[in-house]
Amino acid sequence: MAFMEFIPNLGRRTLRTVPNLGTASRFLLLSLFAVANRHFSIQQLLKQVYGFGVRSLLLMMVAAFFTGMVLGFQGYYALVRFGATSALGTLVALSLLRELGPVLTALLFAGRAGSALTAEISSMKATEQLSAMEMMAVNPLAWVVAPRLWAGIFVVPILCVIFDLVGIFGGYLISVPVLGVDGGTFWAQMQSNVAFSGDILTGLFKALCFGLVVTWIAAWQGYAAQPTAEGVGNATTISVVTASLAVLGLDFILTAFLFT
Amino acid sequence: MAADALVELENVHFARGPHTVLDGVGLRITQGAIVSIMGASGGGKTTLLNLMAGTLAPQAGRIRVAGQDLQTLNFGDLYRLRRRMGMLFQHSALFTDFSVFENVAFPLRRHFRLDESVLRKLVLMKLEAVGLRGAAGLMPAELSGGMGRRVALARAMVMDPMLIFYDEPFTGLDPISVGIIATLIRRLNDALGATSILVSHDVQETFSIADYGYILAGGKIIAEGTPDTLRASDSELARQFLGGKPDGPVPFHYPAKDDYATALTGVWAAGEAI
Ligand SMILES: Nc1ncnc2c1ncn2[C@@H]1O[C@H](COP(=O)(O)OP(=O)(O)OP(=O)(O)O)[C@@H](O)[C@H]1O
Ligand SMILES: [Mg+2]
Repeated sequence: MAFMEFIPNLGRRTLRTVPNLGTASRFLLLSLFAVANRHFSIQQLLKQVYGFGVRSLLLMMVAAFFTGMVLGFQGYYALVRFGATSALGTLVALSLLRELGPVLTALLFAGRAGSALTAEISSMKATEQLSAMEMMAVNPLAWVVAPRLWAGIFVVPILCVIFDLVGIFGGYLISVPVLGVDGGTFWAQMQSNVAFSGDILTGLFKALCFGLVVTWIAAWQGYAAQPTAEGVGNATTISVVTASLAVLGLDFILTAFLFT
Repeated sequence: MAADALVELENVHFARGPHTVLDGVGLRITQGAIVSIMGASGGGKTTLLNLMAGTLAPQAGRIRVAGQDLQTLNFGDLYRLRRRMGMLFQHSALFTDFSVFENVAFPLRRHFRLDESVLRKLVLMKLEAVGLRGAAGLMPAELSGGMGRRVALARAMVMDPMLIFYDEPFTGLDPISVGIIATLIRRLNDALGATSILVSHDVQETFSIADYGYILAGGKIIAEGTPDTLRASDSELARQFLGGKPDGPVPFHYPAKDDYATALTGVWAAGEAI
């Protein structure tokens, strides 16, 4: 019985998801290109960049610091068995730059700024502010959505750089003063084994993609929400969950196919 | 009323899923008039306004505004047309992160490059007209419902539109404000040479300023005419509505899937909406 319902349910879900994905993609393209609209404003964009940054910066730095410290301990634990603790700096830096930096930045960004973005846009919809804008002949995609989307694309890589730096510093604090790895070796190894384009740019490219995906999902969930108080709440939850899963899935794809 | 029609609807149909909201509505709104649309709650009045503003599209029928067919207009032309329209939303729809002043200034800032001093004058003039010049610095959250409505009114008219939609401008206002707003709507209409479409339940106040009225029931226009003709109408529907009688051909209830007695006592099939 349950199985008999499974197949038609799957079909129904697919039929619902595919056109939704289509509209969501159209929404993304229209919003990205809305920079050409006369109601797109650089001031709005900067305001959003600032807002996103302020909202997530402290959180990011604390998370990065702890992540770096744990990496120091964990890396030491593994390397000491092979007598290779001189490689600890490299391990910390590569883990952060290539994987943990972009992924954790994006996950935290989704939880902090993404959810706030969904809540903001969906309550604007629920209180008819978006319709009012349309009535005043101001395209909400240009005035509201585009600045937020582009801000997300710019901000996540910046936050990721900060995450990486703070994380490496945390890793250093544990490795050198606490665990007694030689400081000179720590930095020298890191410097000679981290490639600028291969590792640093790879990580930043990931962060850029994640920024786009997280802000896109957050903005779309807000824009498509049921215009009620309950709808706002639901949209916010769905936005965080979907964005987080999307980041992890996309990270796998990027790592597996592009940067091995 | 032989003058040009600014807004013209022909046989407009609109449905929300299975629920038919408008079922063949036709009307002609003359340039310069104040036209009222009355009808039961949930009867599709707001929907009708949205159709005329082009924010919703009908499933069938034609809507012409200022000689342009909304269905064939492209996005840019529709937006250009909207710059000459104003709408007072039923729930104000003020921008919550802008002050009262910035709310009213928003359309001006978006569409024109004005000197700050000119802009200030224009905005304060409109706020003065709705009696809220002193509230210019407040945020929407600090306003009462009625004050919010008046700010929204100032915002709707700040661009000096040719066509203004008022969705229930009187609800939630005290009798003094109702009188003032009604006079304001009339004065504004005549001063700008604008055309106003007014949705309201307040029959007395509406009839005191309207030139013409339509009564919407069951998705159709059931009566139309000047206030005097409507009052004198012997249509049972019109009399029921204007007289506020609960019994009559206009149903008070939204159509339900089953009758009330079963709904109270019966058991629903799983997943069926109540
Ligand atoms: N966003 C929506 N989604 C689904 N149905 C809707 C939506 N908006 C309105 N409806 C339905 O359309 C019908 C007409 O609604 P509308 O808002 O036009 O009524 P109204 O005449 O303005 O009522 P009121 O006087 O209470 O404001 C209602 O039955 C309502 O259930
Ligand atoms: Mg309504």
